[in-house]
Amino acid sequence: MDDLVKTNEQVDHGRRRLLTVATAGIGAVGVAFAAAPFLASWEPSARAKALGAPVDVDASKLEVGQMLKVVWRGQPVYVVHRGPDVLGGIADHEGELADPKSEDSLQPAYIKASGDARARNPEYWIGLAVCTHLGCSPLGAFEPHNASQVAGVDLGASWPGGFYCPCHGSRYDISGRVFKGQPAPKNLTVPAYAITADAKITIGVDEVGKAA
Amino acid sequence: MAAAPNSVGGGSPGGFIGWIDQRFPLTKLWREQVSEYYAPKNFNFWYYFGVLSIVVLVNQLVTGIFLTMSYKPSAAEAFGSIEYIMRDLDWGWLIRYMHSTGASAFFIVVYLHMFRALLYGSYRKPRELLWIFGCLIFLLLMAEAFMGYVLPWGNMSYWGAQVITSLFGSIPIIGGGLVEWIRGDFVIADATLNRFFALHVAALPLALVFLVIAHLMALHEVGSNNPDGIEIKKLKGPDGHPLDGIPFHPYYTVKDLAGIAAFLVLFCAVIFFAPTFGGVFLEQANFEPANPLQTPPHIAPVWYFTAFYAMLRAVPSFAGTQVWGVLVMGAAIVVLFFLPWLDRSPVKSIRYKGPIYKVALGVFAISFVILCVCGMKPPSGIYPLLSRICTALYFAFFLLMPWYTKIDSVKPVPERVTGHA
Repeated sequence: MDDLVKTNEQVDHGRRRLLTVATAGIGAVGVAFAAAPFLASWEPSARAKALGAPVDVDASKLEVGQMLKVVWRGQPVYVVHRGPDVLGGIADHEGELADPKSEDSLQPAYIKASGDARARNPEYWIGLAVCTHLGCSPLGAFEPHNASQVAGVDLGASWPGGFYCPCHGSRYDISGRVFKGQPAPKNLTVPAYAITADAKITIGVDEVGKAA
Repeated sequence: MAAAPNSVGGGSPGGFIGWIDQRFPLTKLWREQVSEYYAPKNFNFWYYFGVLSIVVLVNQLVTGIFLTMSYKPSAAEAFGSIEYIMRDLDWGWLIRYMHSTGASAFFIVVYLHMFRALLYGSYRKPRELLWIFGCLIFLLLMAEAFMGYVLPWGNMSYWGAQVITSLFGSIPIIGGGLVEWIRGDFVIADATLNRFFALHVAALPLALVFLVIAHLMALHEVGSNNPDGIEIKKLKGPDGHPLDGIPFHPYYTVKDLAGIAAFLVLFCAVIFFAPTFGGVFLEQANFEPANPLQTPPHIAPVWYFTAFYAMLRAVPSFAGTQVWGVLVMGAAIVVLFFLPWLDRSPVKSIRYKGPIYKVALGVFAISFVILCVCGMKPPSGIYPLLSRICTALYFAFFLLMPWYTKIDSVKPVPERVTGHA
């Protein structure tokens, strides 16, 4: 035992601690580097990214008050043909909106600049059908002053026409602007899109032939 | 092999068991954990739910393994493979309903098990770590149940996954990238389903089993609490065993078998006669395939999440973000971990606590049930207001506990457990 005690006394404990800490430290760095490929493997794959290409929609046959649903990047996009009944009152309820100027919402600059219409051509509203609360798909409730167009929900007599999210009750106007006091914090997102005079729409690009 | 361990006439068990004991602590483990683990002799009805949660865990593991043999974890095939299990596979319907009913049964017994801890102060010193292991099990169980619900790839699976993964998107700055990372795509897609399958059948069950073992080890280290909240280890007989303790085996193994039999009668009745439980255990909207373009008219999670879901919905968005509801929902779980340090009462059991705690626990339990109901209902009419009130009461129970347990009157705690002969 004496030999063992002597040997222990001769040990340079500071050096041993430094070597232990250094080895553990280098090992931890190695583990972090080894973890990176596994964590990165959860990112959208090259195939998933390739499916994010622009989508062409022909809305010229869409009647007033009708809506088209198209898929872009796996997400539903609404194309709504708005009539004068809803467009006429589009500026009347700004006081009831959470973000009437779309300051906090997501859209290209030219959509934000278009004001109440939030559209390149006011007759056609295009936006992601993804509620900004938790990603449900809002329902169209386009008829103004029709309180009972969504089954089981009273929209109120002053309903100006717009969207209603069935999951948590968020309400948006006909330009996808959210009303005050709703679970949803922001207006519906408008993607980049190009639209021709005869309502041929390309979703995912600002101008046809140019990447978004 | 000179000292042959299986030589006849040794002190410890000879034969085959003796041979094993020299190589693995089999008899030692059996004695320490079962036949000489002394549990309080006054356990009542509430003490069935621990063993029942193990029964349900085993049910989930066994039925789950058999389901993976016929299930296809891809967006194209998942829904069809569930129909195949239900219609074409011999006894497939039984195995699947045992698994889906088991999920709900798991939460029923775990909620009652947790309520037992609230009744008798089973989270108090020295059982804080035991309680924390339990809370971690509850948290993992929620993740496990959520991912399991996505696998059938029904429309409610899809939109439920959409809503829950979007919760992470409300985190400022990193939220958007984090959601894409979790989903492996821009929306819930094949990649999401495939990884949820991997987590549901391999990663999370492994972690769950590990935590259950840690939970039991911590329990057997400190010893079980009891309805009187008395430490039975304080009074020991001349044999060194607690005066108020009886060996777990055979006394509680036999008692538990009776409880398990009663539980299985109810469990099988649900499997055979009401496997969807009127849309509560399996929601109607999940009997149609996932459709990314069509949100079900009313989205609600399965009943065991609805209380927390009601809290999420009760909080309106503020300052341009809806992260607050997510934070409140998360806090509702996190606050559980701090319970051992929130309770300042000098006694453990509700039997000796004063009227304030009894009222507080009653209000808490009722609020939780109301929240469960609110989370199932559409967010209109009376329900948002009711959710807000009950969310406040839920948090008041925990956050005001340091004060009301201090000023509450208490009854004297007896030396020995009550009801002993």
